[in-house]
Amino acid sequence: MNSYYLLALIAIPAVGALVLAGMSGAPVKTVKLVALGFSLVELVVAIALWIAYRSSMGDAAAQVAVPFRETFSVEWIASFGVSFSLGVDGISLTMIALIAVLMPIVLGASWEEKLPAGRTIGGYFALLLVLQAAMVGVFAATNVFVFYVMFEVMLIPMYFLIGAFGGVRRAYAATKFFLYSLLGGLLMLASLIGLYVASGQVLGAGTFDWVTLRSVANQIPESTQLWIFAGFAIAFAIKAPLVPLHTWLPDAGAEAPVGAGTLLVGVLDKVGTFGFLRICLPLLPAASAKLSWLIILLAVIGIIYGAIVAAGQSDLKRFVTFTSIAHFGFIALGVFAFTTQSIAGAALYMVNHGLATGLLFIVVGMLTTRGGSKLIGDYGGVWKVAPILGGVFLIAALATVALPGTNSFISEFLVLIGTFSRYPAWGVIATVGIVLAAVYMLWIFQRTMTGPVRGVGVLGGQDFGLGDRPHGTDTDAPSGPDGGGRVPVTAGAPALAGGAHRAGLKPDGQGPTGNPAAEAAPAPTRIKAKFGDLTAREIAVVTPLVVLILFLGIYPQPVLDVINPTAERTMIDVGYTNPAPAVDAPIEGGS
Amino acid sequence: MTGIYGASVLLIALPLAGALVLLVGGRRLDRVGHIIGCATVIAAFVLGIVIFANVLGEAATDRVHEVSVFTWIQAGTLNVDFGMWVDPLSLTFVLLITGVGSLIHIYSIGYMEHDDERRKFFAYMNLFVAAMLLLVLGNSFVTLYAGWEGVGLASYLLIGFWSDRPAAATAAKKAFLMNRVGDVGLVLAIFLIFKETGTVSFSGVFAQIEQVAAQSPGTVTVIGLLLLLGACGKSGQVPLQAWLPDAMEGPTPVSALIHAATMVTAGVYLIARSSPIFDLTTDGLLVVAIIGTITILVGCIGGCAKDDIKKVLAYSTVSQIGYMFLAVGLGAGVYALGILHLLTHGFFKAGLFLGAGSIMHGMNDQVDMRHYGGLARRMPITFATMACGYLAIIGFPYFSGFFSKDPIIEAAFSAEGAEGWILGFAALIGAGITAFYMTRLMIMTFFGEPRWKELRSPDGRAYHPHESSAVMTVPMVILAVGSVGAGAFLASGDRLTSWLAPSVGPFEELDPPVPPIVITLATLAVVALGVFIAYWIVGRRPVPIAPPMPVSPVVALARADVGGNAINETLFARPGIWLTGASVFADAKGIDGAVNGVAATLGGLSGRWRHWQNGFVRSYALSMFAGTLAVVVMLLVVRSA
Repeated sequence: MNSYYLLALIAIPAVGALVLAGMSGAPVKTVKLVALGFSLVELVVAIALWIAYRSSMGDAAAQVAVPFRETFSVEWIASFGVSFSLGVDGISLTMIALIAVLMPIVLGASWEEKLPAGRTIGGYFALLLVLQAAMVGVFAATNVFVFYVMFEVMLIPMYFLIGAFGGVRRAYAATKFFLYSLLGGLLMLASLIGLYVASGQVLGAGTFDWVTLRSVANQIPESTQLWIFAGFAIAFAIKAPLVPLHTWLPDAGAEAPVGAGTLLVGVLDKVGTFGFLRICLPLLPAASAKLSWLIILLAVIGIIYGAIVAAGQSDLKRFVTFTSIAHFGFIALGVFAFTTQSIAGAALYMVNHGLATGLLFIVVGMLTTRGGSKLIGDYGGVWKVAPILGGVFLIAALATVALPGTNSFISEFLVLIGTFSRYPAWGVIATVGIVLAAVYMLWIFQRTMTGPVRGVGVLGGQDFGLGDRPHGTDTDAPSGPDGGGRVPVTAGAPALAGGAHRAGLKPDGQGPTGNPAAEAAPAPTRIKAKFGDLTAREIAVVTPLVVLILFLGIYPQPVLDVINPTAERTMIDVGYTNPAPAVDAPIEGGS
Repeated sequence: MTGIYGASVLLIALPLAGALVLLVGGRRLDRVGHIIGCATVIAAFVLGIVIFANVLGEAATDRVHEVSVFTWIQAGTLNVDFGMWVDPLSLTFVLLITGVGSLIHIYSIGYMEHDDERRKFFAYMNLFVAAMLLLVLGNSFVTLYAGWEGVGLASYLLIGFWSDRPAAATAAKKAFLMNRVGDVGLVLAIFLIFKETGTVSFSGVFAQIEQVAAQSPGTVTVIGLLLLLGACGKSGQVPLQAWLPDAMEGPTPVSALIHAATMVTAGVYLIARSSPIFDLTTDGLLVVAIIGTITILVGCIGGCAKDDIKKVLAYSTVSQIGYMFLAVGLGAGVYALGILHLLTHGFFKAGLFLGAGSIMHGMNDQVDMRHYGGLARRMPITFATMACGYLAIIGFPYFSGFFSKDPIIEAAFSAEGAEGWILGFAALIGAGITAFYMTRLMIMTFFGEPRWKELRSPDGRAYHPHESSAVMTVPMVILAVGSVGAGAFLASGDRLTSWLAPSVGPFEELDPPVPPIVITLATLAVVALGVFIAYWIVGRRPVPIAPPMPVSPVVALARADVGGNAINETLFARPGIWLTGASVFADAKGIDGAVNGVAATLGGLSGRWRHWQNGFVRSYALSMFAGTLAVVVMLLVVRSA
């Protein structure tokens, strides 16, 4: 019996995109609200799916017998045994839920996005919805062929999102993204056909069905598995960029508009690590075990290398992408350490990273929109000028360094403790990454948020004259009506504390020349009047992420309960058991 | 989780709720922020007393309570409960944290009165108290770690509270990073404990650690040393001490609460809490004692050379925590002495810091003691309370420090063989140097010529020293009473040691090689000598306003933070910056360049991607060709296998 949740989750955003496409000419606000409406309906359906799954998920043994819940299947290409099959296990469910949660937030964050000339917000939102449909398809596919098709389809909206809506070097970034993905896709196609043929040699007739493939996984010779694994692994290592296949991501992430970038780093790249979990481990267990050392090596290099390179970035968005490269290292490490903790941790990491880095990306976007620059050096002391922005940036930063109390701590802890119990040496090296994370994150925080108020992004250009200050009575408002207006303040003075409106200007608009206090100040500087704190819309956008980050840090069990049986099932699939503790006394746990 | 011990969750929840309300409430709460901040901490203190009274009413063997609240992290065999561990040791800390915390919160009302962001200050202080209580009340190494990181965050926020000062921002970052280095030790210890025992809860680990020791004694030593690394980071012990003096950039109440009385003693707590582990590793304990002894001397040397009153006190904190490490490092039976010194130190050092804050309050925030002089008459209460703290820290007979430091020196001498003599003498010399630099501080501040009359603060204002208001002096007086009496109260009749026995094991009588009275007299003689030398150097002639130059290499080294910063700079900062720069370059030119080069060659694109539109079709065609080739190769491989 077919369940229609997943079909609906693919169809809703797809239909939404078509509706938006047909609405050209409608008022911009209506278009945006329609898009938001579709994303909210999607969220509701995703929640319903979550509830339905919770009631039927069963334990690991039940998932070995029947891996997927809420399945949907129709025959598609009968001659090749391809059916359009959908279904979820604990890991794919959490990813689908992540997309559903992020989408309204991303739309909200892009509400006033400044797009390149000639582009409409309707087109932008439509592409985001298409991307959502394709991403849900990838995570829901239970037929490897469907997985491949969705994997490729997903590239198209992202290519256009970067290439048509991105920054100055968008053409370069989009092409690079496309070529890397194309290369990965081709290798994956080859491996896909290899898998089909190899299963045919065992069964007599080839298949793309995941459940069938898993049942014959142990009968495919190891040497064959290695070749098939290679193609998949390269494709996935490009997608969840592992060093040295990562260099497309900083360009793509930096040039993508904020919303697309958030989805790119937050969700789309997870398809790579998800592919390892969904395809490599269960379907190619011998090859996964044989080559785990290689992936672990690349993962640990990524953790250290990503952190070091991140510390040296001068561009805020590139910085975020390099932090993500370090985090993808943690996820890949967890997947290939083959312990229940590390695999569950990796799956949880995929969700948590989407929330934490999503928040970081969005906050960086809010900052760069205000300052008009992506360069770290153009900002300084922002916390004093915009305390809420600074506070949210701090929370995102703390989640990035996986401080306890934030969601990331749980997943990073699980990955590391699981890795350590099987491979202590790798665990030790990876743990050094937590110091490096603090180095790059606090350094960036210090350079942009603390210290004296400085930088052209905050203070505006070199013109400190009064000429462009609007005349009128409202110049002391935190965000004046004139974007070019600047409010004078005394550099470094405590008077800055409350924001720009506490500066020396009197409401009578006389300006510093008529104000003895300001005149006496040694170095009056001006903050861009438009550099106000977060608006109500922006607060509404970041609040759900902040709440989720803190909630899942304190009480992650609702998500872990969903992930755990599937993590244990994956352990069974790949044929590993957890290393036993040195002492054999009865211990609590396991329940 | 019911009953009075279940209520221990409220100890954490109260200040945490205060912090959240203050942060989320925003400027609307500016007027009442300090009241909310103080009320929640005082409420936690009252609750702490109630719980303490309950435990006190029980038989000694029933005084350890574990309360499970909810399952925090569960995956596979790992099961981390979020739970409370209510026992004499944790309750001792609860009372110290909430008691001294309440006093310092009240003091801060006055101290931060003129600060625009006083509400935020109280929010962070509440956050600190909540995290610190989680640290000491958690029932597993993971909950301890959560509190551990939480206090680190609060410390970061509070050191950098005046975040527009570059020095504050840098010091905050430095503190966090050096702590993180220590944290690696702590998390690796947790990982190793889990690998060996399959659990992370105190009850589970302590039940099985003996079995681990029987199978592999070296493993327990490694666990102990990793825990010690974590403790060194948090407690400012050598080699991770350099952040603590810099942390004085924070407001003075922060220095008093976090960087003197409570957070920096978390390392001592960690070792005392892990006493079942350390009991099984004599090597590990010896390293603890050695680290403590070295730190005593390093802190003393640093304290002698500084003119900044807060930095002198900071180095003295480093050095006094060295005494606590020495005590807990002396092992089974002596842990309680470390906790005793921790408690008395909590009183007198917090009192000294609040005194320093009171002076700064009256002296335009000046911290340079060369600008002080003759302040005793202008600030009589501050002088009197600081004098109590001073007599306590140098170990003047019958003041608090006398009862806590003297037994540690005695215990050091009691250690076996040469070890005992070396540790004992080092601790003895440390007591003398402590007397020297603290006397120097008191003379430069309160006696001699009022140098401030001739001087101006850096912002050009004249000094008008005046006594602080009652909201500040009353907490100082209460702490001064503690500085005088706490030691005698806690030490008499083995009150503290027998109270702590259920947590850290029974106290064992010391067996020094010479009669205890000889050690006591020797200590007093050394202390008297230190006081006299300080008077001889500083007290007999006017203090120069500029620090004397040139100075001997020893003094130069001491002024340069005993080389701590130079070592960090050479070993980590410069190579780190170089490595970062090189990696960024290599990533852009090397990896990206190589991959682009290959792709460009394959796709027939120009190296600069200029003609991407033209080359695009060709590259696509070529990719299809390559893809077909890949499929064919794959088929051949799979078929032939």
